[in-house]
Amino acid sequence: MFAYIVRKMLYTIPVVWGVITVVFILMAVVPGDPARIMAGQRGDPATIAKIRHDLGLDLPMMSQYTKFLGELARGDLGMSYRNNEKVSSAIATRFAATMRLTLWAMVIAVVLGITTGIISAAKQYSAFDYAVMFISVSGVSAPVFWVGLLLLLVFAYSLGWVPGIGVGEGQWIYLALPALTLGVRPAALLARLTRSCMLEVMTQDYIRTARAKGVSERLVIIKHALKNAMIPIITIIGTQVADLLSGAVLTESIFAWPGVGRLAVEALRNRDFPMIRGTVIVLAVTFLVANLIVDLSYGFFDPRIRYEDR
Amino acid sequence: MSAEMNVKQTAAESGDSLLVEGWRRFRRNKLALLGLAMTITIILAALFAGALAPYDPIKQLIWTEGASAKLASPSSGHIMGTDLYGRDIFSRVLFGARISLQIGIFATVVTLVIGIPLGAVAGYKGGVYDDLISWLVNVVFAFPFILFVLAVVSIFQNPSLYLVFVAIGLVNWVNICRITRGQFFSLRNSEFVEAAHALGLPARRIIFRHILPNAMAPIIVQATLGMGGIITIEAGLAYLGFGAQPPTPSWGLMISEGQQYMAQGQWWWSVFPGIAIMFTVLAFNFLGDGLRDALDVRQKR
Repeated sequence: MFAYIVRKMLYTIPVVWGVITVVFILMAVVPGDPARIMAGQRGDPATIAKIRHDLGLDLPMMSQYTKFLGELARGDLGMSYRNNEKVSSAIATRFAATMRLTLWAMVIAVVLGITTGIISAAKQYSAFDYAVMFISVSGVSAPVFWVGLLLLLVFAYSLGWVPGIGVGEGQWIYLALPALTLGVRPAALLARLTRSCMLEVMTQDYIRTARAKGVSERLVIIKHALKNAMIPIITIIGTQVADLLSGAVLTESIFAWPGVGRLAVEALRNRDFPMIRGTVIVLAVTFLVANLIVDLSYGFFDPRIRYEDR
Repeated sequence: MSAEMNVKQTAAESGDSLLVEGWRRFRRNKLALLGLAMTITIILAALFAGALAPYDPIKQLIWTEGASAKLASPSSGHIMGTDLYGRDIFSRVLFGARISLQIGIFATVVTLVIGIPLGAVAGYKGGVYDDLISWLVNVVFAFPFILFVLAVVSIFQNPSLYLVFVAIGLVNWVNICRITRGQFFSLRNSEFVEAAHALGLPARRIIFRHILPNAMAPIIVQATLGMGGIITIEAGLAYLGFGAQPPTPSWGLMISEGQQYMAQGQWWWSVFPGIAIMFTVLAFNFLGDGLRDALDVRQKR
């Protein structure tokens, strides 16, 4: 198991380096002079030259790259062009909000998706089954920002059950709609997958054996069937991490949620390159770390994988 | 030469029968037929938007019909209502199909042009080529899709639709690359490839003339399923203000323009374009799933 963990971690390192380099190249080929953007409309040439020197923009590209890597290694992501805030501290103050949103979206998706999937499979072709399938097919196809607006329209503007956008003073109720919005798509996928996996597992011989033994139907489903249906379900949860982080960018924008995704979109609007660079790198590395965790749990749930993969 | 012809002949024959057999299976699948019908509906709407739309999509009726045309709720005159400027939403939704399909098709072309050759080389050559290309795929895959597209788009000061579909293709190719690589990996040791190899054919010819036609089915399925994703991403870009610019009748843009009026109960501006997106994505998903079953892709994996 230890060797498996170490190997998986070593695979991630070149990918992290690639992510950092691609972002650096993207920001380096941008037309337009960052020093001019910082100096503003009335910046005179001397000021612009000074800013350029302070930022190290007068260095050759290769030196800029090594300087960037060196600073990154020390956790320094540079300064925002807009308000002289450190990029790393701007991200640090917003990272928790993004994690809170995505993790709760994931919890909603897992609880909602797996339970409805199990009930759907247990009561195949019932009205409940058809309803779940209809909703989940729609949920997979609807764009996340539109789902968010619909939920706002129904639960905030029409029914008034929850407040609108924003975070208030951090109360839980403000989390409800954003987390639900972000959770709809993975919940829909999980419901469909759980249903089909359960239906497949339920035809296996060991299920018949368990039933023949006189095990109650509830136990057959939870203990015998669900356990064996878990591997593909975990795989799907893993692939959803990327979608969740992408969706967080949009969800945070709709709900004015103070996370890294919204910070990134604002930075893109302002052409604040160090901030774009920082947020994109942090989100990409978050994805890689999350994927690593999923990979490891995969090896944990299915012991065959860590031996086969040698 | 004649031996090569024979090899080609067999590939072509099996290709034909695959199509015929595939269509037979496709026809029996109700959901697939529904997907096909929905897709044709969207294509027709896009092609004949000019004839079908009751109003000019960017004409502001408040100047001719007065204040009553401003944010009018759905009625027989405007079945999806009008927006703040008195533009007919139904007409804009119809014309929006053009934008979405255009982006979907062109971004898919870019996706295939990048993804197929890279995937083919990785799967066929293996070794260092495979390591390098797989590494690149993992790197691109690590970025949140929409954020990476946004970063590419934002590099240029004036976002145009061309830029949007090139940017989407630059990120989206990884999915096609993975599928193509897997196909080439499993086909490269098959007998017909060995035969082509024995004839002394150059690698490029073997890749494109002999293996690729046999690897197309999963690629077509993935490309069809990917259309929905591309259209959703384009809508997301437009929603954030980085894609189509006003007054273009883009679905994502319309949702964003109308959202502040939802709180006052004027829901139609944002709701109908969203339904259009959902309908389109659903159409390509059903079609893609149907193709997957018809072309028997799942069992090949």
